[in-house]
Amino acid sequence: MTNDTHHGLGEKDQYAVRMEAVYKRYGDFTALTEIDLKVGKGERIVICGPSGSGKSTLIRCINHIEKHDEGLIFVNGIELQHNPKSIDRVRRETGMVFQNFNLFPHMTILENCVLAPMSAHRLSRKDAEDRARALLERVHIADQAQKFPAQLSGGQQQRVAIARALCMQPKVMLFDEPTSALDPEMVKEVLETMKSLVGDGMTMICVTHEMGFAREVADRVVFMDRGRIVEQAPPDQFFTAPQTERARYFLDQIIH
Amino acid sequence: MRFFDPAAFVDYLFNHFLMGGVLVTIGLTLASVAGGLVLGMIIALMRMSQNLALYGFARTYIWFFRGTPLLIQLVVIYTGLPQLGIKLGVINSALIGLILHEASYLAEIIRSGFMSVPQGQREAAWALSVPRRTIFWRVTLPQAFRLMIPPFGNSVNSLLKATSLASVISVEEIMRRSDMLMQEHFQILEVYAAAAVYYLLLVSVWDLIQQRLESHFGRSLDRNAKSTPAKRR
Repeated sequence: MTNDTHHGLGEKDQYAVRMEAVYKRYGDFTALTEIDLKVGKGERIVICGPSGSGKSTLIRCINHIEKHDEGLIFVNGIELQHNPKSIDRVRRETGMVFQNFNLFPHMTILENCVLAPMSAHRLSRKDAEDRARALLERVHIADQAQKFPAQLSGGQQQRVAIARALCMQPKVMLFDEPTSALDPEMVKEVLETMKSLVGDGMTMICVTHEMGFAREVADRVVFMDRGRIVEQAPPDQFFTAPQTERARYFLDQIIH
Repeated sequence: MRFFDPAAFVDYLFNHFLMGGVLVTIGLTLASVAGGLVLGMIIALMRMSQNLALYGFARTYIWFFRGTPLLIQLVVIYTGLPQLGIKLGVINSALIGLILHEASYLAEIIRSGFMSVPQGQREAAWALSVPRRTIFWRVTLPQAFRLMIPPFGNSVNSLLKATSLASVISVEEIMRRSDMLMQEHFQILEVYAAAAVYYLLLVSVWDLIQQRLESHFGRSLDRNAKSTPAKRR
């Protein structure tokens, strides 16, 4: 992916994402407690943990889909503050893929992919369509460009969602349980698409229960429980010799 | 009292004076729907606003205009406003009353449409850095609109018949002209039966339009749709 946007601040920070003492609360419930996480440029992180452990909340705080209550978040050196300008700058660095795809159902696949480049990057329709078609080609779905999302399978829809996010040329891709809503036979095609990004040096943060994917692709596994990061380690080490009781218990539960 | 006279009924059905009233009813309905949509959208946006003053105004507006009979609203506008020096004429008074009234219902229908658009749609657009305005016009509004069509159709149906209340302030639509015809020969049943047929006819036409709207805006959700849509530029 070409790096054609210039961010003065971005050059100084060696991390793609840096979170320092981040807290997130919903009323009396503390969803994230003292989150410290540094993600290097080009690094691939898998976040796992039991349900309700705050994985999705963490990833959704990075692009301000959820608003963090305390602490600092930097994306490519840009501080994420609670004002529209800062939020917009950070969101232009990040792309997100959701569990439920969240394609726009009233637009064709192609329209889904050109909406943001045309409105946010002010690309001409032709340039936006060229970019979209190239990326749809890459996720092997170019022939469906004129269809509506409802006419595609879940796996195809999620691949479109990945292409749509890539159309904005993000530096960091955030995946929020991208295969959890898929039928089993469609999981693989989506994981393959995600793996294909690795070669581009894309920074990836992925919340997933796909431990095979974590082993194969991740540089580091981040294990969360009850809103805290409990353990971080390279996948080999995490899966074979987890350091904490909670991680051991979790792995026992999910690996059969 | 005579029995129902079918011949007189048929005569009234093709009575040009009554047909003139039908045109007025159609005009009143179309103008009120158009005005009601614009005002209703504004009220709905205020109702969904974070600004307490706008929100409070919208709540009060909806509470008042849904809470009082249209008949009273029309009479107050027609007889009350001139006392404040505002002279509007019959048609304008009726239009203002109908629009104010319809807007209060449409505002709630529009709001419910927006609330029914899944939050994930907005989140996806945010994550893509789509500007706020574009999110409204291209993402939420079209989806809200599809969800609004059935209750909107209901409301237009009610409004079409509610225009008959404008007869009270002497707007010569179907109802008023039926009254006038009735006073000539006192063929009460025959005249009003003819008027009812006209309302039925108009409502049926609207039903067809509504069906078209529903299938047009629902086409993208049809899993088996064969044809690809025309390119929109």
